[in-house]
Amino acid sequence: MKTVNQKGWFFVLPVLVLVAFNALIPMMTVVNYSVQETFGDNVFFWEGLGWFEQLLNSERFYAALGRQFMFTGIILAIEVPLGIIIALSMPRQGFWVPVCLVLMALPMLIPWNVVGAMWNIFTLPDIGLLGYLMNTTLGINYDMTQDPVAAWVTIVTMDVWHWTSLVVLLSYAGIVSIPDAYYQAAKIDGASNWAVFRYIQLPKMKTVLTIAILLRFMDSFNIYTEPFVLTGGGPGNSTTLLSIDLVKIALGQFDLGPAAAMSLIYFAITLLVSWVFYTVMTKDDAQ
Amino acid sequence: MKLRYIIPIVYILFLMLPIYWLVAMSFKTTNEILSGFSLFPQTFTLENYRVIFTDPTWYWGYINSIIYVSLNTVISIAVALPAAYAFSRYRFLGDKQLFFWLLTNRMAPAAVFALPFFQLYSSVGLFDTHIAVALAHCLFNIPLAVWILEGFMRGVPKELDETAYVDGYSFPRFFVTIFLPSIKAGVGVAAFFCFMFSWVEMLLAKTLTAVAAKPIAATMTKTASSAGYELGLLAAAGTLTIIPGAIVIYFVRNYIAKGFALGRV
Repeated sequence: MKTVNQKGWFFVLPVLVLVAFNALIPMMTVVNYSVQETFGDNVFFWEGLGWFEQLLNSERFYAALGRQFMFTGIILAIEVPLGIIIALSMPRQGFWVPVCLVLMALPMLIPWNVVGAMWNIFTLPDIGLLGYLMNTTLGINYDMTQDPVAAWVTIVTMDVWHWTSLVVLLSYAGIVSIPDAYYQAAKIDGASNWAVFRYIQLPKMKTVLTIAILLRFMDSFNIYTEPFVLTGGGPGNSTTLLSIDLVKIALGQFDLGPAAAMSLIYFAITLLVSWVFYTVMTKDDAQ
Repeated sequence: MKLRYIIPIVYILFLMLPIYWLVAMSFKTTNEILSGFSLFPQTFTLENYRVIFTDPTWYWGYINSIIYVSLNTVISIAVALPAAYAFSRYRFLGDKQLFFWLLTNRMAPAAVFALPFFQLYSSVGLFDTHIAVALAHCLFNIPLAVWILEGFMRGVPKELDETAYVDGYSFPRFFVTIFLPSIKAGVGVAAFFCFMFSWVEMLLAKTLTAVAAKPIAATMTKTASSAGYELGLLAAAGTLTIIPGAIVIYFVRNYIAKGFALGRV
């Protein structure tokens, strides 16, 4: 049992100061921009909630938001089941365990712009391995700079390649924490493989899976560098996810007001979904 | 060998393919890359690596990145340790809210913060320094470090603290000589994740630097645009960015999975 001790605040203070400096001041800058109009030279005019209104009525925003949700939905639907399946079929002990873990974790440790660049050269039609195999060996017309479907397949494959290992590592951690006695009991009861998974392994993985899904949701919803380097949002606007669109508006067109309003709505959506998820999952734990 | 092992084997092959292609390319000349498809380097060359190791603008990119990543790891762990201790041992006003607020900082898209960060760090005179990037990365690394460390600390029974106080240990002495050694796996895992997320993040690092503290990623984009498209050189630079991560992960291989398993939520 934890003791009530307000002294805890002194321990937390350094963290609070550092994170607040990095989070609150930039956030206030964004809020500040979102209600003003500027024509450069640091001259600002009061705009009120105009940008928010404009944004919530713009088709461009909803299109980008839709693509963002589609991307996050697709990668979660692929990475979570795939990660669980791989974790279940991995060896539990012995020499190959650390080998598997190190190799699997490797993609996560590559800087994000390198990931984008690497997939770019991997998929070039004439000289990239994947592009060459698809076009020349298999005879499928594959060029992600021309074909929106190919572009989508490529960014989804890239994300699966990059992040499925996170789900694998976390699920695996949950699986190896199950004592052997559970499996022996299941064997005596004559439980099927499915029953073992459903009633022993899945419940034990719940906590780590929550973390995995939460992290994957937050990171894929905010993804910017990899798809930007890979496709630049194209062809056309077909892979312009929310954050790519945001940077286009903020730095490309230098429309700080609309970009700031968009940032706030963007942040609010991420926060809302994560909060709902966090509350539902921790509430279940308390029971 | 069991049949189910085919799944992880196929998965690992899938992971290695793009990496192989990057490494193979780094040993080719740019001419060979552009002239057509070849599975293995036909004219094996180390020229790309020679350029990187002899040109200061290239190798300083790596040194800069390693400096700010190390600074960030040290700062994050140092401030996260007492905070995680407080979260794992005490209840205080607003502790749960504070914990969730810390986590929310991982949710803010870095793209949103790029411009305000630039203005903030310019106005305090830290623009283009290693410490600026290290501090900016604290935004998402401190919450993660607190989260992981708290999980490990909760696993240490409270009796350990109480016994130490009865034996006459002061708090700082207890913390450093008894408590820290008992959670050293947790410190290792937290440090690994701080290193990893600071190493792979490039948007803020690029925004906050110009010349003196420029990360390797910025050097790479510059080369891509100024010297045409030097694919071989780019591939060699990319290959080299994988190595620090691979070294770090080797050291913590037995703890990575455990780190998150013990975390809260």
